[in-house]
Amino acid sequence: MKNLKAEQKKKQPGKGQVTIKIDGKEIKAKEGQNLVQVARENDIFIPSLCYYEHIDPPLGTCRVCVCEIDGKPGPACMQKVKENMEVRVNTPEMEDTRKAIVEMMFAEGNHFCPACEKSGNCSLQHMGYEMGVSISRFPHLFKDRLIDFHPKRMIIEHNRCVKCHRCVEEVLTKEGKQVFSLCNRGNETMVGIDYEQEAKLTMQEALAAMQLCPTGAILVRGQSMAKPFGDRQFDQESVKKEEEDKRAVVEAAVKVAKGKKVIATISLAGCFGCHMSMLDIDLGFIDLLEVVEFNKSPINDIKKFTQQCDIGLIEGGCCNSENVETLREFRRKCDILVAVGECSIWGGLPAMRNMIPLEECLEEAYLNSITTVAGEHIVPYHEDLPKILDKVYPCNEIVKIDYFIPGCPPNPEHIWKAVKNLLWGDHYSILYSEFKYD
Amino acid sequence: MKSEAFSRQRAHPDLLNSLWKYQNQHGYIRDEDLTSCARQFDMSKIELEGVISFYHFFHRRPAGQYTIYLNNSIVSEFKGFQRVREAFERETGARFGEVDPGGMFGLFETSCIGLSDQEPAALINFHPFTNLNTLKVRQIIAKIKQGVPIEEVCDEVGDNIRYVPPGKRAVFFREYFPGNAIMKLNGMSPEQVIEEVNRSKLSGRGGAFFPTGLKWGLCRQQTAEPKYIVCNADEGEPGTFKDRVLMNTMPGLVLEGMAIAGYAVGAREGILYLRAEYTWMKDKLEKAIDRFYGMGLLGKNAAGIDGFDFDIRVQLGAGSYVVGEETALLNSMEGKRGEARVKQFYPIERGFLGLPTVVNNVETLCAAARIIELGAGHFLQAGTATSPGTKLISVSGDCHQPGIFEIEYGMTVEELLKLCQADAPYYMQVSGPSGECISMADKKRAFSKDGLSCGGAFMVFSKHRDILQILLNFTTFFKEESCGVCTPCRAGNFILQRKLEKIKLGLAQKSDFEDIRQWARIMQTASRCGLGKTASNTLVKALDTFPEYFEVKQGDGLNMKFDLTKATEAYEKFKS
Ligand SMILES: Cc1cc2nc3c(=O)[nH]c(=O)nc-3n(C[C@H](O)[C@H](O)[C@H](O)COP(=O)(O)O)c2cc1C
Ligand code: SF4
Ligand code: SF4
Ligand code: SF4
Ligand code: FES
Repeated sequence: MKNLKAEQKKKQPGKGQVTIKIDGKEIKAKEGQNLVQVARENDIFIPSLCYYEHIDPPLGTCRVCVCEIDGKPGPACMQKVKENMEVRVNTPEMEDTRKAIVEMMFAEGNHFCPACEKSGNCSLQHMGYEMGVSISRFPHLFKDRLIDFHPKRMIIEHNRCVKCHRCVEEVLTKEGKQVFSLCNRGNETMVGIDYEQEAKLTMQEALAAMQLCPTGAILVRGQSMAKPFGDRQFDQESVKKEEEDKRAVVEAAVKVAKGKKVIATISLAGCFGCHMSMLDIDLGFIDLLEVVEFNKSPINDIKKFTQQCDIGLIEGGCCNSENVETLREFRRKCDILVAVGECSIWGGLPAMRNMIPLEECLEEAYLNSITTVAGEHIVPYHEDLPKILDKVYPCNEIVKIDYFIPGCPPNPEHIWKAVKNLLWGDHYSILYSEFKYD
Repeated sequence: MKSEAFSRQRAHPDLLNSLWKYQNQHGYIRDEDLTSCARQFDMSKIELEGVISFYHFFHRRPAGQYTIYLNNSIVSEFKGFQRVREAFERETGARFGEVDPGGMFGLFETSCIGLSDQEPAALINFHPFTNLNTLKVRQIIAKIKQGVPIEEVCDEVGDNIRYVPPGKRAVFFREYFPGNAIMKLNGMSPEQVIEEVNRSKLSGRGGAFFPTGLKWGLCRQQTAEPKYIVCNADEGEPGTFKDRVLMNTMPGLVLEGMAIAGYAVGAREGILYLRAEYTWMKDKLEKAIDRFYGMGLLGKNAAGIDGFDFDIRVQLGAGSYVVGEETALLNSMEGKRGEARVKQFYPIERGFLGLPTVVNNVETLCAAARIIELGAGHFLQAGTATSPGTKLISVSGDCHQPGIFEIEYGMTVEELLKLCQADAPYYMQVSGPSGECISMADKKRAFSKDGLSCGGAFMVFSKHRDILQILLNFTTFFKEESCGVCTPCRAGNFILQRKLEKIKLGLAQKSDFEDIRQWARIMQTASRCGLGKTASNTLVKALDTFPEYFEVKQGDGLNMKFDLTKATEAYEKFKS
């Protein structure tokens, strides 16, 4: 508010041509025109989601358009161009901030693109591709939301709504009544639909609403799949794709130059099933040995670490003190630690004993079971023996685990594709047949 | 001028009052109320649902004949919130968030209700109950069940004014004669009033410190008519209760401030937006307004000045912190969801109904009234050269003298801590959750506009309080109070809360703390309004201020929570 006075003076002159600078490039535009629009006309891509030409003043809700405007970060869609405006769009900081906001939307909603009617036509997905979002840096919030099937024609898929307000502002009945409104607030905010008013919309208006929504949150029954994949708006290849391929080639060269990567593996409270699965790539294992070398692992029977390893694969959780110590050693000796299989992820079968107090378990096993002779047995305890823990712990409760590969056991392809992706950034795509939890 | 300056949505200044009427009639807003209200205001039901669901004091399901709101702010948490919460559940037979089977009691948690100096505190049908404990809760509920009227059961809220500057330098808490300030307008031109306020260097006391005289002057220059004065009495920042004490002790002073502002900018109407948590003061304020009309200080030719007509009304809020943000406040007054507006215009250009509006905090207006009454010279006597005057600080937490301190600018943290008798201060929260935290290393810092600026809250915590609990309380508060309009704040606070829970579980790694810093920066850069921009400030500042506390919370690959000795305890029994 400080430069209020100065700004007020600036606002006075009439509309004319102005010259502004975007990323150093001089651009002529009509004074008062929207900055996102001006950039677009000059082939400069400023990401935007909620911005919609016809809505004035702009909604300013999504914030994916932040740029540095005259030295200060702010949403570009809220700016009208004025003389000497200086905009910086593609600074590393701004690029990262915008990307983070898109990632936030993916973390906040529940987006399963392959199952989404809007896939290929979705602005959010498009932003994700353009900014190179492969994973979200934020933890997925997995908020429970119900899909609203009540309206006669529409379906509101709350998991996909990014609360951009477009539908709230634009979708009105003939009498000018709102069909949509935001409800609740904070992290409970959601867009509600008025069933009565929705029924008053014509089919055309309903379709327009579906189109207006930048994501797949508003669907019209029977209409949403009209266009097949491949023909959709954002199915074209991205400009960035080519560069990425080039990068992959460079990386592959580096991979060879740098020599073999080192892997360590261990089976803690597991059944060795996951290790069997690792071996299950058959001849593929020989190829693997071209690029990796095993350090401590049951596969080669090396008992002690002899060097720092690139990656450690853990099978099984922790049921005794030795497991804990081994796991901690793996954390120290491996740069990346991966929990392989259900037992290491949440305890698995061994964790069945977690429902029963340890004492009862041991007494049942060593003292009272039918195969034991009363009075002749003891619960083993010796200082050289590992100590049994009160329950079976998943690995991530003992040390930081970087990645998890589910399955009991996980499919061998799944394990090695994940490892190749982690070690060399290889393309990661798991077929349904390779991705089984059971 | 068009009223659709910010959105196509029409304004319904009477809507909140209507909703209150229904809410009070039945204890909740019934479907038939919704239908008739929607018809009355010619809006769709969903638009109305949107408004209702924004404010947490409006219910769409029965909320009990007696609706109990227990404050869950951090001060309350430390002073026995959990025990009191359990006591309420035990005595009423209801669970929090629900109503008992008989429909008599509804239990709800709510954020700070402006009674931090007498926590734990609760509102029952908006009557205040302070210094609660298990026994007191039992007695209160027993009396209510016996049918004693709630007005007789509730507590008298103490003002707890603990300190005023010596040598008659007090600005606020000194003898008050209703009308003295307004009557000074006789013989002063509006320009002279603005000039006097400018001379005093008074700046906004709502937290943003914008020079008040400048704001008034700019609004005066606006050509659109009519103009409005809005008094922001939403005081939602946890730990702040200075406006409560000002309005409770001198309800007239703030009215005089509004009238003076109205005279200065050329407005004819003033609206005092009172947070619903202060409903118990509404009567008092309205009586003061009536008295002023009776004395000729308001209404036509107010204060006997020809052509100066000024009316004041009280607008009750309905439970939302972000509504304290001035543009959200304007939306709320227009009967909309209290979402912060996009920053295209300042309220002085397009405010209430799209017309020039001055929004000022209660304390700002009271100070302005005193400046006109006593002259800018009096104001300039106190404080320092760059930060003249006095400031009201609401002190709460671990000290023997919680309450209001009218300090002169220039007082140090150490001096204030001594005055409020804090035995073992360790962590101080200045200006509430959206402000900053300081440690005893900052004890020599002095309060001032550009030094340690303080919006009004000062919470003291001693060493045995868990810093993480404080931070988690704050982040949860922001998560719930965010208006939900923009992504970085709506999702960001949720994400930060998850992160803090991870730290609490003992699962945090060094990288988690790095994440907090980076993610906080994103929220600061990209959020629309002050809430999202400041929500993560304390978190980041705490990491810098109390490194030794967080040091032990971060594993280097190992999870700190897992304790091998404890995990093998059960087995050790078999050692023979
Ligand atoms: C999230 C948020 C909450 C606010 N809450 C209040 C409040 O409760 N009371 C208040 O006076 N100002 C509050 N403000 C500041 C107002 O936006 C505004 O700056 C102030 O009312 C202006 O009055 P002043 O110039 O007299 O300080 C808040 C600001 C933000 C960003
Ligand atoms: S709305 Fe877009 S981003 Fe979300 S699931 Fe559908 S296609 Fe994917
Ligand atoms: S439903 Fe679609 S248009 Fe409406 S707010 Fe959500 S994302 Fe935006
Ligand atoms: S920063 Fe938060 S409170 Fe402010 S507009 Fe955005 S969501 Fe609303
Ligand atoms: S496009 Fe600018 S905030 Fe959404």
